[in-house]
Amino acid sequence: MMAQEHSYCLAIEKLFNAKIPKRAQYIRVLFAEITRNLNHLLAVGCHAMDVGAMTPFLWAFEEREKLMEFYERISGARMHAAYFRPGGVHVDIPKGLLADIYIFLEQFNLRLIEIEDMLTENRIWKQRLIEIGGFSSLDAHDWGFSGVMLRGSGIDWDLRKSQPYEVYDELDFGIPVGFTGDCYDRYLIRVLEMKESIKIIEQCLNNIPVGPIKSNDNKLTPPSRFEMKQSMESLIHHFKMYTQSFTIPSNETYVGTEAPKGEFGVYLVSDNTNRPYRCKIKAPGFSHLQALDHMSKGHMIADVVTIIGTQDIVFGEVDR
Amino acid sequence: MKNNLILIENFQNISKICPIKKIQFYNSEITLIVKSEDILEMLLFFKNHFLCQFKVLTCISGVDYPKNKYRFSIVYELLSIRYNSRLKIKIFTYELGNVESVNSVFSAASWFESEIWDMFGVFFKNHVNLKRILTDYGFQGYPLRKDFPLSGFIEMRYNETQKRVVNEFIELSQEYRTFNFLSPWEN
Repeated sequence: MMAQEHSYCLAIEKLFNAKIPKRAQYIRVLFAEITRNLNHLLAVGCHAMDVGAMTPFLWAFEEREKLMEFYERISGARMHAAYFRPGGVHVDIPKGLLADIYIFLEQFNLRLIEIEDMLTENRIWKQRLIEIGGFSSLDAHDWGFSGVMLRGSGIDWDLRKSQPYEVYDELDFGIPVGFTGDCYDRYLIRVLEMKESIKIIEQCLNNIPVGPIKSNDNKLTPPSRFEMKQSMESLIHHFKMYTQSFTIPSNETYVGTEAPKGEFGVYLVSDNTNRPYRCKIKAPGFSHLQALDHMSKGHMIADVVTIIGTQDIVFGEVDR
Repeated sequence: MKNNLILIENFQNISKICPIKKIQFYNSEITLIVKSEDILEMLLFFKNHFLCQFKVLTCISGVDYPKNKYRFSIVYELLSIRYNSRLKIKIFTYELGNVESVNSVFSAASWFESEIWDMFGVFFKNHVNLKRILTDYGFQGYPLRKDFPLSGFIEMRYNETQKRVVNEFIELSQEYRTFNFLSPWEN
């Protein structure tokens, strides 16, 4: 949810040549990692349910409820928080949120271990997942995969490390990479990614600086209500921003970020107006679903369910 | 990305081999504009050449510029994992022009090209399975062209007498508005 806002905001900021304050970058990384956890909990939980294990789904969703509470505290909405804005984030995080995130993290590891206990060494899970939907790294390149699908086949590629954006170059985390490229490897990678996310969130909580959360440029971000009521210039900026919004000179850019499902790309073409001329959204699920036919060759019909679950498809992004 | 520098340094040599019409740079992003007949060979070159190795086709997008004669621009986004760089290759074509499908080079192209066929009406030759994937069955028209209105032409509603859903021409209660202004208060 926020991962998609993130790509779009990065594209706008690139076209506008804007700089975002450090605190806003840390908040964005924090919530991007919370989004990663949300997504992987859903992916692993629903994948397990599709294959037949009913309980990890409910455990994962309980954790998701706790994470969605954080979403709601900063933005007001549990899912589609319009929180990342071009120029920074919308409002500052409320008091006590960081402490609550820390309390959540302390017990999250145990929950992950519980889910792993159920699945990782389970004979039935292994029989359903090992050797299913495997493909080589050549195939992965050819079919335009990104994210966990690439890393499952042994390709060490993560946009957070290779083309870092925000403060990912200052954070210390590892990237799990698989061997065989089958569904079991991808499941393990998702669980390990959740554990790496915990590390990243802890580092963000420790290192987050004090400062502004929106860029100072009032052509890009609206001024705060206090400023708007004090100064004439801010009032005019506020009015212009909320009626007409900012205009971007004619240009085009493609920005891809490491969304939890893969590489979420936004190709933004602007003309000299306040609306994008063309905003093409490249959803990772679109490229992954194309390869479903190729991946299921030689397997049984029940394995198609496993493969759809491992590709982490959400049909909203495929149909757009 | 600093790795784009390898490509930029070698552009002199690459442009001697490849028929590139124009090169655009923006903030470390490179866009090559190519003739639409040459796209298949260009992509083959950029995929397989040792110093390029753009093995991943990330995305194919279409853009409509109705004022030009060659109104559709098709943009191929390439990613090189080996050299950590991105490249955009653009071609321009028109409604009746057909483009060679790059399905034989990148299997990932199949659905992206079907989407462009469905949304813009650009035909791809030698494509494996070029059919509609995003619009409704029996839909006529190409939605993402700039002359296609936001509301479309056909509406579906439940007809009480026939007791089923029917497709009829759209009936708007107020005239169709295009929002071609910067601010709603200006004329």
